[in-house]
Amino acid sequence: MTEREWTPKIVAFCCNWCSYGGADTAGMGRFQQPASTRVIRVMCSGRIDPLHVFNAFLEGADAVLVTGCHIGDCHYVNGNEKTQVKYQFLEEMLQQLGLEPDRLHLNWISASEGERFANFINEVTAKVKELGPSPLKPAGVR
Amino acid sequence: MTQKETKTENKQEEELRIGAFICECGINIAGAVDCYAVADYISTLPNVTTSVVNKYTCSDAGQAEIKKAIKDLNLNRVLVASCTPKTHEPIFRACVEEAGVNPYLFEFVNIREHCSWIHMWEKEDATEKAKELVRMGVARAALLEPLESSEVPVTDAALVIGAGVTGMQAALDIADMGHKVYLVEQGPSIGGKMAQLDKTFPTNDCSICILGPKMVEVARNKNIEIMSYSEVVEVDGYVGNFKAKIKHKPRYLDINECTGCGLCTEKCPVEVPYTEFNEGIGARKAIYTPFPQAVPLRALVDKSICIDCGACIKACERGAIDMDQKETFSELDIGVIVVTAGFDVYDPEPKNEFGFGLYDNVITTMEFERLINASGPTMGKVVRPSDVKPPKRIGFVQCVGSRDKNSHIYCSSFCCMASLKNAQLLKEKYPDTEVYIMYMDMRTPFRMYEEYYNRARNMGIRFIRGRPAEVTENEDHNIIARIEDTLTNEIVNLELDLMVLSVGAVAPESTETVRQILKVSKAADGFMMEAHPKLKPVDTTLDGIFIGGMTQGPKDIPYSISQGSACAARATRFLAQGKALTEGITTKVDKDICVGCGVCVPMCPFQALSLENDKLKILTALCKGCGTCVAACPTGALEQSHFKNEQLLAQVKNVFAYGEV
Repeated sequence: MTEREWTPKIVAFCCNWCSYGGADTAGMGRFQQPASTRVIRVMCSGRIDPLHVFNAFLEGADAVLVTGCHIGDCHYVNGNEKTQVKYQFLEEMLQQLGLEPDRLHLNWISASEGERFANFINEVTAKVKELGPSPLKPAGVR
Repeated sequence: MTQKETKTENKQEEELRIGAFICECGINIAGAVDCYAVADYISTLPNVTTSVVNKYTCSDAGQAEIKKAIKDLNLNRVLVASCTPKTHEPIFRACVEEAGVNPYLFEFVNIREHCSWIHMWEKEDATEKAKELVRMGVARAALLEPLESSEVPVTDAALVIGAGVTGMQAALDIADMGHKVYLVEQGPSIGGKMAQLDKTFPTNDCSICILGPKMVEVARNKNIEIMSYSEVVEVDGYVGNFKAKIKHKPRYLDINECTGCGLCTEKCPVEVPYTEFNEGIGARKAIYTPFPQAVPLRALVDKSICIDCGACIKACERGAIDMDQKETFSELDIGVIVVTAGFDVYDPEPKNEFGFGLYDNVITTMEFERLINASGPTMGKVVRPSDVKPPKRIGFVQCVGSRDKNSHIYCSSFCCMASLKNAQLLKEKYPDTEVYIMYMDMRTPFRMYEEYYNRARNMGIRFIRGRPAEVTENEDHNIIARIEDTLTNEIVNLELDLMVLSVGAVAPESTETVRQILKVSKAADGFMMEAHPKLKPVDTTLDGIFIGGMTQGPKDIPYSISQGSACAARATRFLAQGKALTEGITTKVDKDICVGCGVCVPMCPFQALSLENDKLKILTALCKGCGTCVAACPTGALEQSHFKNEQLLAQVKNVFAYGEV
């Protein structure tokens, strides 16, 4: 295999109703993105457990994205509000672990916002590229 | 890798036999992803019995191949790597179920929207990513568990929100198929915007003459219950079993006693120089009927201006008036919901676009519709606001609030035809009037529309390709529009007696309220979003909720009516069958682990969780399977089926690998 530029590995947790649809809409609109992101679908962003996020970092993620419906638009009334609370806790924890803040992002993306999804991936990938591989990444993992 | 551990965990049950089907989707996927390389790689993973490439996995042939492989190879897990589960998961779930595999043992991997379409020119990257996505899917598939979706009964009644022409059509069709319909309208009469129009393109027949009989038909239909001057304030439940709370605003009279005779209006001494139905033009009393053809033809009181003189109470022979009336509520049990909540026209006033709001003789299309309407405030005589004189030079400005980066980028689609229609009506009524249309592009698709445009040209209507760059007013209150005609390359200073702004459609606030109550997705243009732009144009992502007409985006009357009928057909499927399937994805508790701390209880927005004798109790019928409570459980006693921690973590783990793929 030819030597290619390093691309970060980003794990994106997306809710079934909004941000997963946003990723779909990005595809339908052919909004090109770097091949950095792996989407994991959950029904609601409220299902995203800090455990999942920590696990992703420990397995080798260079960044983790927590995404869901805009506040007020949650398919399950207010699951995303609970996500927001958990996210604050996650942010603090990761800071204490010494991870750069740009490795964790929270974003609300509706099913129609394909371009927003693509811009988000482009921006985060560029930032994480500058940071380089995550210090938590186990040796030898791609 | 995780697969080995997985295998040992599941060994006592049965040997895992996963079949992976990689779809090329013509060249949609194969154009960027080397599907054969993906299939080869996947075949090396543990538990994968077969791994094949299909040209189109969703086609009849593709599905037949899946079923055949299930039978021949005794597969107990099926993975398809193709497009999005949002459209195709139900298709493949049904396919595997027909071949005897539980539909929840099917795993979907998106390598089109999330891979080939967004890495179109990075084939190597796209192929590597596809391999990883499928690897994640294989790991998850190994841990899937069979689930049962439950069949629920469907209440045989539909709720139609919004009684414009689309909602009326939907209500009539559902009712004619033998089902009960509650038709809720926020205004005092059904009919919507179409009732206000003068004539309609491309036939130039009178709008209320074709709409009026339909309104009467709705009122007469025994299966339809009209709830006018009412709003939906709460909706709970799920397909087949919705509960809706409807607020009935007070009209200050008994709708069953009032006959709409108008005696009260005659005697009312209070008059305001404003009428809703006539777009503000003209005057009305404090007690009034909305318009002559209103259904129901009943009066209402505008309490903000009523002086409580009692004249109407004395005038009413039936004693219908009740000034102490309060708002009331009703609770409805319904099976399906159709949203046809309509639109607002764009308001050019805040930015004084083209002088609107600054100069009296700049008006909107809707105001013009009322001016030229035979039953309008001027009895159909077109006059200009500044001096009530007939205008001799009239110009229409297209794309106001549409196709404009500063307001709305979308095309409102009906305005070109609406201006052509109004221009023709002017020429028919006042042949010596000069009529101009200032446009960017004239858009006239569909049957008889281009012909209609040609007719307008032949009538002597003048078309200027260009819109006013500057609008001023002279001492005679005439409008001076400075336009660059991009066909002749000339700057034109057009003096007009009246200028009409062809305003586009925007999503109203009331629609946004309904959208939030129902949790339907919003599209980028602010209107409600359909489940799929081509395949499911009137469905939403929510089972049992449908959208039609302007609620789904700007469209003309024929298109709206088609969508009304489409909504009726889609919705009635549930009512006719009397049953619906609900998702098997719910939360389950391991009572041995649960310590009864109760952290999860307030997490549930549906009150499905409660503590009983210090142990958690789950009312599964109320659970909608969001999994928020599971993420909150500190002991790991809660699990969301189909999205169990081990399933999600297997996906996470398999994003990564050691060494080369």
